Amino acid sequence: MDIHLAKIEPALEEREAVNSVLGAPESGWSGGERRIDLEGHCAFGGHRSQAQRHLLLPVLHAIQSRLGWITPGALNYTCQRLDLPPAEAYAVASFYGLFSLTPRPRRVLHICDDIACMTRGAEELCGRVEQRLGPPSTDTLDGKATWYRSPCLGLCERAPAALISFAGERPCEGVFAPADPNRIIAALQAEGRDAARESPDRFDVKASVPQAGQPGLTLLKRAGRIDAESIDDYRAQGGFETLRRAFSLGRSWVVREVSASGLVGRGGAAFPTGKKWDPANRPVYLVCNADESEPGTFKDRVVMEADPFSVIEAMTIAGYATGCERGYLYLRGEYPLAGERLAHAVTMARQRGFLGDDILGQGVRFDVEIRRGAGAYICGEETALFNSIEGYRGEPRNKPPFPTQFGLFGKPTVVNNVETLINVLLIVEKGGERFATMGTSGSTGPKLFSVSGHVARPGVYEVPFGATLRQLIELAGGVSGSGRLQAVLLGGAAGTFVSPGELDTPLTFEGTRAIGAVLGSGAVVLFDDTVDLRKVLLRIAAFFRDESCGQCVPCRVGTVRQEELLQRLARGRPIGSTEEELNLLKEIAQAMRDASICGLGQTASSAVESALRRWRLFPPGA
Amino acid sequence: MDQRDQKDPWLSHQPRPPVIPTPRGPVPVPPTFPPRRQLSLTVNGRKVSVAEGTTLLEALRGIGIDTPTLCYLETLTPVNVCRICVVEVEGSRTLVPACSRKVEEGMVVKTDTERVRLSRRLVVEFLASSVDVSTSPQIQAYMNRYGARPQRFGPASPPAGHRDAARAGYHEATDGSRAATVGQPVKKDNELYYRDYGKCILCYKCVEACGTDAQNTFAIAVAGHGFEARISTEHAIPLPESACVYCGNCIGVCPTGALMFASEYEMRQSGTWDESRQTQTDTICPYCGVGCTTTLHVQDGKIVKVTSPLDKDVTRGHLCVKGRFGWQFVQIRDPGSERR
Ligand SMILES: Cc1cc2nc3c(=O)[nH]c(=O)nc-3n(C[C@H](O)[C@H](O)[C@H](O)COP(=O)(O)O)c2cc1C
Ligand code: SF4
Ligand code: SF4
Ligand code: SF4
Ligand code: FES
Ligand code: FES
Repeated sequence: MDIHLAKIEPALEEREAVNSVLGAPESGWSGGERRIDLEGHCAFGGHRSQAQRHLLLPVLHAIQSRLGWITPGALNYTCQRLDLPPAEAYAVASFYGLFSLTPRPRRVLHICDDIACMTRGAEELCGRVEQRLGPPSTDTLDGKATWYRSPCLGLCERAPAALISFAGERPCEGVFAPADPNRIIAALQAEGRDAARESPDRFDVKASVPQAGQPGLTLLKRAGRIDAESIDDYRAQGGFETLRRAFSLGRSWVVREVSASGLVGRGGAAFPTGKKWDPANRPVYLVCNADESEPGTFKDRVVMEADPFSVIEAMTIAGYATGCERGYLYLRGEYPLAGERLAHAVTMARQRGFLGDDILGQGVRFDVEIRRGAGAYICGEETALFNSIEGYRGEPRNKPPFPTQFGLFGKPTVVNNVETLINVLLIVEKGGERFATMGTSGSTGPKLFSVSGHVARPGVYEVPFGATLRQLIELAGGVSGSGRLQAVLLGGAAGTFVSPGELDTPLTFEGTRAIGAVLGSGAVVLFDDTVDLRKVLLRIAAFFRDESCGQCVPCRVGTVRQEELLQRLARGRPIGSTEEELNLLKEIAQAMRDASICGLGQTASSAVESALRRWRLFPPGA
Repeated sequence: MDQRDQKDPWLSHQPRPPVIPTPRGPVPVPPTFPPRRQLSLTVNGRKVSVAEGTTLLEALRGIGIDTPTLCYLETLTPVNVCRICVVEVEGSRTLVPACSRKVEEGMVVKTDTERVRLSRRLVVEFLASSVDVSTSPQIQAYMNRYGARPQRFGPASPPAGHRDAARAGYHEATDGSRAATVGQPVKKDNELYYRDYGKCILCYKCVEACGTDAQNTFAIAVAGHGFEARISTEHAIPLPESACVYCGNCIGVCPTGALMFASEYEMRQSGTWDESRQTQTDTICPYCGVGCTTTLHVQDGKIVKVTSPLDKDVTRGHLCVKGRFGWQFVQIRDPGSERR
């Protein structure tokens, strides 16, 4: 391609950042030394460079974490290496929240002010940090640092949460949860890179999995009982035995049992996994969706942090059963510890022959590559995720065609959520029919719920499908805060509110549907009666406005108009009457639901509408 | 054999040896395609039959149903982002975009239900409340057709100067009293055309025309995220520093006047632009041998802009910088000019 590059000589640091992913350039044409004797008048690179476009996102991460922002010099050099038009590279980089395209201090603090953290002092935390550091998005600490308010960081069980990242030659990231203003500011100022990494909040199984160690757990059975960084420990507890069993029983057995189990996807859409795995689709890639960004959801993170090898084992079984030789795990960018542990698990599994060209000496080929997202909720949508891995903007594709026909790199692809995949381990262990005896006839198996907000013991809970919301709340120690429950948000921002009168609803797909609610990602956020639900709705509306990818009109503008309208109502300053505004809101919601490309726009008003159906939050004439 | 021993066949006027290479394998025959299957569908209660591979939009147009479109153009790959063409298809949870959805056997389609009209009206209202549509007769016509009242969302917010630096995933707090818009200063960084992105509906057409659908120059792309998504060069650098070759194909496909010839823009500014006084004349570009059709828009005896019809196979509406902009020499009228 005849691309037009700027005449900027990349600085050494810029060059190193890019080369750390792409390796040294092969020829003068891609930024290396021009070897006139070898290259003469021949152009090298071309298709070979362009075929590396899927490395764009990893390269951008490398630049960001080395330099603190995506500099024009580094971006230009990237384009030279990948034979990519700079406008396109810029378009991709500017899509993601974690990248900065303008100069920015190397130390960045993100403080979550989303719905679960709201119930546990996020506003106060932001206020105290603002007192010390000044307003968000401005440079502070002599230009060394900056801070932002952030959507849910997936640490809701330890709210309020904060994430710190240090760019530099030895970049590091760490989380603070529950975050204390003094501690995070001290870490932000500290010299030495390990300040953030050494945060005591890395992982605490008791805080995240209150059930840990209890008998009867299946998906969480190893949580807290193994060293998540030791493959030997994992094997000592039966790890990789399920893989062996899958190999001995054969591909079609596994697929048949998964179908018989009635397992449906845990990522939100509840699609039957057996159908997705139909060998007739001849899938090429297996993708594990670990982009968990739904506010109030953290179950996948906890699974990956507590039992990373099980995710790799489950992916391997899925890859074997569906005939895919290549797996991608797309991990949310804000999950540093899960990233570290999974990367270690992949390396160890490769070393021990559980991944690679000849797994367990059975001639099975499968390997996993971890790709890190960069702060875009929409990349959890499966087709946006494919575009993101391929090095394009994470814009969802129009469906049909569905991933089973046209997925990653245009090839048939199986994409499953982390929790869906680890359920497959159970199915292979027990057989599909026994799995199906757990739960209800419409929702089989165990289910993980991320319980947070005004609850005594927040965390990830495993219950068989069929438990009621009341039972789940009791399991989590009951309502905290004022002790008087006002509302529960099921399924996160894209989910629905339910009222205390609906606590006896079984937490199943059919049970929630019957009351006009959804289970979604399994997020359960509790709000006591001191919470102003209007503020929660405003936060959700702001979230969708921020996270709309901007591709289609109904969602790009609809989410903006929805937020503005709710702001007017909350301030008691409607255009016309409150009644008219509520009608307009219904129209906005319907257009978003009917005409948007993807699930984000289609559900962007779901929580708001469910709340307005249950409570008169904006009385007419007020 | 040493070639130099032979006489040059041309010089010696001897017949040239045959140069047709003998095929190494069987002579390839042109592929034959099975005849396209006819599919039947029901549109608003009426049975219709179309060839397989037809889009709903084509099927609807075929039977005289006028479906609105904004991001669709015959010469570009459908991006289906504006969503104004949506129709109801039985069995589908949501509405479907007619421009890109292929007809399937037995589809039952409704094009004029209240549900369809509502989504189309809101799409137009969303656009007209956030974008300056004053130079888009197409959107204005849709506003009338669907009874759009964009003022329902409140008065428009004033233009913002920093859209090019917007950070993905963040927006400034709003109190809802004003409807956010994409209003921003006009970009004029070259002699040939203006970019007034306050009029941009983000239909992706210019990006496609600059990319693989026509020009393959990739000077512009959709950058940013959400409501702050925008058409941009890398780091929003001015066009003369970018890859742009001024083919103007982006102007040719822009449905809103966000991209506009400098000549047209300046005449509009000074109030002299008057389409009722203009004639359009098709001719062939005088420059090279490709033979692109150009349409000269002439007002008061002067060429004011050049477009190219979509339905001419030579270039399907796309031109190069010379055909698009290189016509000033035609109208040097100064009697004292040497080049008269
Ligand atoms: C806006 C949006 C965000 C999503 N985010 C996630 C996510 O973070 N994790 C996930 O597993 N699925 C997510 N999904 C659902 C995926 O598109 C897809 O349905 C899922 O990964 C399929 O896996 P499953 O069948 O195992 O559930 C999201 C969907 C939408 C529309
Ligand atoms: S619905 Fe929203 S997130 Fe989905 S494609 Fe449209 S603009 Fe993007
Ligand atoms: S004038 Fe041509 S090259 Fe320049 S931006 Fe438009 S389409 Fe691209
Ligand atoms: S500038 Fe014109 S063609 Fe390009 S996206 Fe905007 S409205 Fe569409
Ligand atoms: S981490 Fe703050 S809401 Fe989830
Ligand atoms: S014309 Fe079909 S979505 Fe724009």
